[in-house]
Amino acid sequence: MYLDADMAELQGNLADVFFAYDESELTDASRESLRMNSDWLQLPYVSATIQVQGHCDERGTVEYNQALGERRARAAYDYLTSLGVPASRLEMVSFGKERPQCTESEESCWQQNRRAHFRITAR
Amino acid sequence: MRKLQTWLLFLVALFAGWSVPAWSALEIEITQGLESATPIAVARFGRSGSGPAPPESIATIIAADLARSGRFAPLRELPRHPVRKEDVRWSDWRRLRVGSLVIGSIGQTLRGGVREYQVEFRLLDTFSMSQLAGQRFPGVRPDQLRWLAHQISDEIYYALTGEKGAFATRIAYVTETAGQEGEIAYALNVADSDGGNPVVLRTSPDPIMSPAWSPDGRWLAYVSFEGGSSRIMVQELATGRRHEVTAFPGINGAPAFSPDGRRLALTLSRDGSPDIYVLTLESRELRRLTSGPGIDTEPAWSPDGRTLVFTSNRSGGRPQLFRISAAGDGAPERLTFDGRYNARAAFSPDGSRLAFVHESDGEYRIAVMGIGDEKIEVLTNGRLDESPTFAPNGRLILYATTERGRSALAAVSIDGRFRQRLSIDETGVRDPAWSPRLSRR
Repeated sequence: MYLDADMAELQGNLADVFFAYDESELTDASRESLRMNSDWLQLPYVSATIQVQGHCDERGTVEYNQALGERRARAAYDYLTSLGVPASRLEMVSFGKERPQCTESEESCWQQNRRAHFRITAR
Repeated sequence: MRKLQTWLLFLVALFAGWSVPAWSALEIEITQGLESATPIAVARFGRSGSGPAPPESIATIIAADLARSGRFAPLRELPRHPVRKEDVRWSDWRRLRVGSLVIGSIGQTLRGGVREYQVEFRLLDTFSMSQLAGQRFPGVRPDQLRWLAHQISDEIYYALTGEKGAFATRIAYVTETAGQEGEIAYALNVADSDGGNPVVLRTSPDPIMSPAWSPDGRWLAYVSFEGGSSRIMVQELATGRRHEVTAFPGINGAPAFSPDGRRLALTLSRDGSPDIYVLTLESRELRRLTSGPGIDTEPAWSPDGRTLVFTSNRSGGRPQLFRISAAGDGAPERLTFDGRYNARAAFSPDGSRLAFVHESDGEYRIAVMGIGDEKIEVLTNGRLDESPTFAPNGRLILYATTERGRSALAAVSIDGRFRQRLSIDETGVRDPAWSPRLSRR
């Protein structure tokens, strides 16, 4: 049994990974972030279930971005499982361009939206 | 006194337009008109019998419809408002170079406590001094008046152009409204083609997207994220009855009814990468049409139901349009070669061309291309235009655009010369889908 504060801390420690335009390839920096996420998730007392979310910037079509977001989520998911995170603790969902975290129409904002995000859905 | 009456009529029309409670209607603004539009005059319909003023101004709706087609320029100020053909002074209208004049009347009766209207219109040619079209409609309920006005507009359009109008049709769209804490409320809406009679079919705190009409106009398929993941729903407009069609792990997206209404093309990623599938609705038989490691999505049926055009990045780079047989035999054929990004095709109703999203220099715009052509013609001038949908007469393309960070709808004529904007204050509007022709609303 964990405290809510522990969950908040774990959520805060799970770093987003970012992608280039119309790409779902992991970069070296992304792999490094995912290794750290994997370490957090595999601490002995952590059994949280994580939703791996794929997101896109606002450019391009709704459904193509759904597909692109899923490929981003899948790239992160595959890498996390290859590092030993049990697939049973990971869910995958693409929000395409529906849930931007930054809403200005410029590259500085778009690059923050092309991401995989990790959300704790259950302890 | 006459001025005052005009004002009162205007106010009545205004409030009639606002009478839908608690939900805003699309406001339409013509942003680029055509000098070549044909002048026409629509006289105020005369009232016969006693009783309160009708809730709608038929003439106002007809004039607005004709203006929205881009092909007519209704006179704003009429020198007089004749009601009967005998009242028309033909030379007055010829002097104004108005060749077509619409006149009509509206009467009302109370039958068992229910108000019914009788509407009559005539389309007159002021040069030949003859009637080109006309009809009398008995027993019209108050809530049917707007729709009747659109049907009259269709009659007038057909009599004058030889082509069918698309006024008595509906549009579906998704709205996004930000709440006080920044949370977004999504809603699936349906309205008449002029934004009138808006109806909310579904609201949700989770995204709603990609509405698609059944060919009989009775159902909408759409993607819902209710419960936190995507699923495809179909909903009957008349009853609000909803069914879940698919909710596989991964993507359930881009639904499109086949022209016979029996099948749904859609995108699923349950077998790994996003691919095109066809679901037979009655038997629930699911058939996979495309495969491969890339993205395949956004299927669109050709009107003859024999082929599907879809978006794919299978050529290795950015998305392009491909075509495949609906039977699933044969390899997909690439259709677009001009530009890095061509996606989300919609067929014109006659099947001769495609409208789609085309990227050039970082701007995403609506383009059209004839089937079998390679030449692309860009029609719009936004930065983030998407989701093109043809009017059922093929004359206008409705699409989503972004202005100052807010999404709105816009429409452009297929020659790119006539433009209008459809927006709602403080509300994002996106994912439009124009209905097929409707036998009734």
